[in-house]
Amino acid sequence: MRYLPLTSSDRAAMLETIGVAGVDDLFVDVPAAARLSGPIEGLPPHASEMAVERHMTALAAKNLSAGSVPFFLGAGAYRHHVPASVDHLIQRGEFLTAYTPYQPEIAQGTLQVLFEFQTQVARLFGTDIANASMYDGSTACWEAILMAARITRRGRTVLSGGLHPHYGEVVRTMAKFTQDDIVSLAPELVADPDDAAVITQIDADTSSVVVQYPDVLGRIPDLAAIADAAHAKGALLVVVVTEPVALGMIEAPGVLGADIVVGEGQSLGVGLQFGGPYLGLFGCREKFVRQMPGRLCGQTVDAAGKRGFVLTLSTREQHIRREKATSNICTNSGLCALAFSIHLTLLGGEGVARLAGLNHEKAQMTFDRLARIPGVSLLNAAYFNEATVLLPRDAREVVRDLADRGILGGVSLGRLFPVADGLHNGLLVAVTETTTDDDIEAFAVALEAILAGETA
Amino acid sequence: MNAPNASGWRPSLGDAAQAKNATSSGDYALMLEEALSFELGSADKCGVDLEAPGRAPAAGLAKFMRKAAPVLPGLTEPETVRHYTRLSRQNYGIDLGPFPLGSCTMKHNPRLNEKMARLPGFADVHPLQPQATVQGALEVIEQLAHWLITLTGMASVAMSPKAGAHGELCGLLCIRAALDARGEKRDVVLVPESAHGTNPATAAFAGFKVESIPATPAGRVDLAALKSKLGPNVAGVMITNPNTCGLFEPDMRAIADAVHAVGGYVYCDGANFNAIVGKVRPGDLGIDAMHINLHKTFSTPHGGGGPGAGPVVLSEALAPFAPLPFVTRGDDGSMHLVEEENASEGHGQAFGRMVAFHGQMGMFTRALTYILSHGADGLRQVAEDAVLNANYVLRACADVLPAPFADSGPCMHEALFSDSGLAPGFSTLDIAKGLIDEGFHPMTVYFPLVVKGAMLVEPTETESKAGLDRFITSLRSVAQRAKDGDDSLHAAPHYAPRRRLDETLAARKPVLVWQGEPGMAGTPSLSEIGGS
Repeated sequence: MRYLPLTSSDRAAMLETIGVAGVDDLFVDVPAAARLSGPIEGLPPHASEMAVERHMTALAAKNLSAGSVPFFLGAGAYRHHVPASVDHLIQRGEFLTAYTPYQPEIAQGTLQVLFEFQTQVARLFGTDIANASMYDGSTACWEAILMAARITRRGRTVLSGGLHPHYGEVVRTMAKFTQDDIVSLAPELVADPDDAAVITQIDADTSSVVVQYPDVLGRIPDLAAIADAAHAKGALLVVVVTEPVALGMIEAPGVLGADIVVGEGQSLGVGLQFGGPYLGLFGCREKFVRQMPGRLCGQTVDAAGKRGFVLTLSTREQHIRREKATSNICTNSGLCALAFSIHLTLLGGEGVARLAGLNHEKAQMTFDRLARIPGVSLLNAAYFNEATVLLPRDAREVVRDLADRGILGGVSLGRLFPVADGLHNGLLVAVTETTTDDDIEAFAVALEAILAGETA
Repeated sequence: MNAPNASGWRPSLGDAAQAKNATSSGDYALMLEEALSFELGSADKCGVDLEAPGRAPAAGLAKFMRKAAPVLPGLTEPETVRHYTRLSRQNYGIDLGPFPLGSCTMKHNPRLNEKMARLPGFADVHPLQPQATVQGALEVIEQLAHWLITLTGMASVAMSPKAGAHGELCGLLCIRAALDARGEKRDVVLVPESAHGTNPATAAFAGFKVESIPATPAGRVDLAALKSKLGPNVAGVMITNPNTCGLFEPDMRAIADAVHAVGGYVYCDGANFNAIVGKVRPGDLGIDAMHINLHKTFSTPHGGGGPGAGPVVLSEALAPFAPLPFVTRGDDGSMHLVEEENASEGHGQAFGRMVAFHGQMGMFTRALTYILSHGADGLRQVAEDAVLNANYVLRACADVLPAPFADSGPCMHEALFSDSGLAPGFSTLDIAKGLIDEGFHPMTVYFPLVVKGAMLVEPTETESKAGLDRFITSLRSVAQRAKDGDDSLHAAPHYAPRRRLDETLAARKPVLVWQGEPGMAGTPSLSEIGGS
């Protein structure tokens, strides 16, 4: 077996050193009745690298990859161009095959990356500080709600109707067990987000309000107004960013008064990967640092006086505090954080701003073109690189028909909100710098043909 | 090298030992210092060629526009590649040598896994594409699920949890849901005091009260103590098996029977599954739920701290409550994703949703690649070699380092030592730092908490005998120095990129983000304040 270095004679010599006759003597603590006498039946034996590659390649070929067709999906996962050097660098064995930097003297590479990552996230979000990452945007969102509850000592949370419905489901699932009170506003197909409805819901028992920016329909809430209303009642504003590239163009949530900003970092460096692994981003005000979940990397000095980095404030964490920890999180998304950080280092602040500008420009071209199709209109008063278009019929069928024509034409609101009435004619369309003029035209032509009842 | 920018940063001059041969750069041949990216970069540099947009933003966006670009300096591609390559050289990884971090299963990461995960059919697929366009991706999930169910002898598996602790949460929420379905309110979860910190943290996170169970002097769960705590308020127990002392729990079946008899459920922390994969099926031991760390047993890379993946296998009793989404295979062989939209069709008791999408797909492709490479026979050999390697280390070092449970029989895939018997003032930390100078990553230290100065050594099956022999020689040498009171150990490591770091300073005055201004003379960095 190509991954197992022990030879038969090694094994024999080692068993002799240990003083047992055979390897089964090392499993004597396993009750005899539970011990398996040989390989489990019905499972295939080992296979060569060639054979495995053939098998996996055949499975991959059954999928329609985004890069092979005109592609317009978003809804919390975006297809951006990732520079070649990112994937090369994250495969350096010293990064790829290291673990959580428990021994900082031989993990300064990972630790300095985390320090740079925390700085990048904080500056992008406009927050004082950020942590070393969470699993993904949805779990970061729930952790932010818990953190707000610890800070305010209140248990009521208001979710905007513009929050990604899967994020909302994660929150409601968890809250069911922790008995937190979650008020979920219903999404509505209107041009502007539900800022006023959110503000109306804030009361003296409210711990936090959770607002997505831009929201799941691509609209942009007025964070400053919501922050003022929340703070007036002693509540915190939690802002969720599922498309961090947007922050190259629209104001940072922290600057607008957000207390905790969480997000999905997948857009930069990570890729689509059918939904994971992704990267939870988590920033907040410095005064809340001791209530933060997850790992934190901090600057210090070594015994010779050189600058160095360590994991710090670990008295918040499960391995020290056990059941009193701020979260049960242990392993996070280190390698995805590295990819995000490299991509952002390549871009720099000016690069992010230009990238955002290109995304928005392509989106303008797309929505201008789609709105010229009879029966199609744009919902949003404002958008960044994603918006909702209204179709004359259920968008789920249209998405399937588009796929039949070789076009991945957005996410239907029926898929995202299966139980909500009145949304099913909405189609969520995302556009990035990877979208070409030809893609836009092919999408528009196919959509027009489908809506006109033409068969493929 | 990368030239520092105008921020004023310069490499420190190194410590006194090097001062007599000090270099003007602060670097020493292949020992290279590296500034922060912010200190190297500048606002007018970019490693990605992007044209400026040709038209003005839409009018609706005007009031939301930021006033200036984020204050983040950029680097060109050659500078970026050099920055991260130089940083990588300050890291120890499995690729460099043994990484016997107990409970973490730092085995070789096969590169075929990486290649397969990067096939565009897996890497460049959106989670919300129409299902007809992602049949292969759903099939990967189903095939991996089949292997996990079969290897563990369980009824079902929830694939979406993102890491081990997230899997623990999934398992406990299944238990909560099952109790709710029975109309029972039970609020206590029993956790052995030797458990990973995630276990009690997860139980609390899921809304349970945690009660601790002591260990016997032989390093096992105290069955009598456990039984004395069982009652109608107990929702379940969380047992790690093999446990964190590196031992199999021979009473597992009896524990499970006792818990089931009072209406509770048995959660098993599967962090140590590598010791028994292909040798024992947890389902045969009465377990109701167990997470499997794909980044441990099934070799997906640890990545400097994740991403992990924590699918949870479930018994018949808990299977109906597994969270959404869920993959099923239709009668015609086609794959289906069960989401909120269609959950009522046969999965109406799902407790909810744990993640935005379908879990760690990139880890699923790697784990399936690994599993297919080994096959049923190879996986069994994995467990045998992992256990053999650990016992070899245990027996080869037990005369210089106390092994508290060595008398109670063989260990599983990790060998546990204690720092009792070192010279006064010497401890586990000194041994760990001494091993760094010897060229090894240290073992897990000060865990489990039930052993004084614990050192938990998990070599894994991918270490050769020659590699183990070198490690054993070094461990014995360092242990002997600590017994002899060799003061130089207190200052170890001497040869790492950094000497011991001041963790107290880091915690007392947290500096969590860089506070300088790019392209401007910033505040002096600590390297300058503290440099020799």
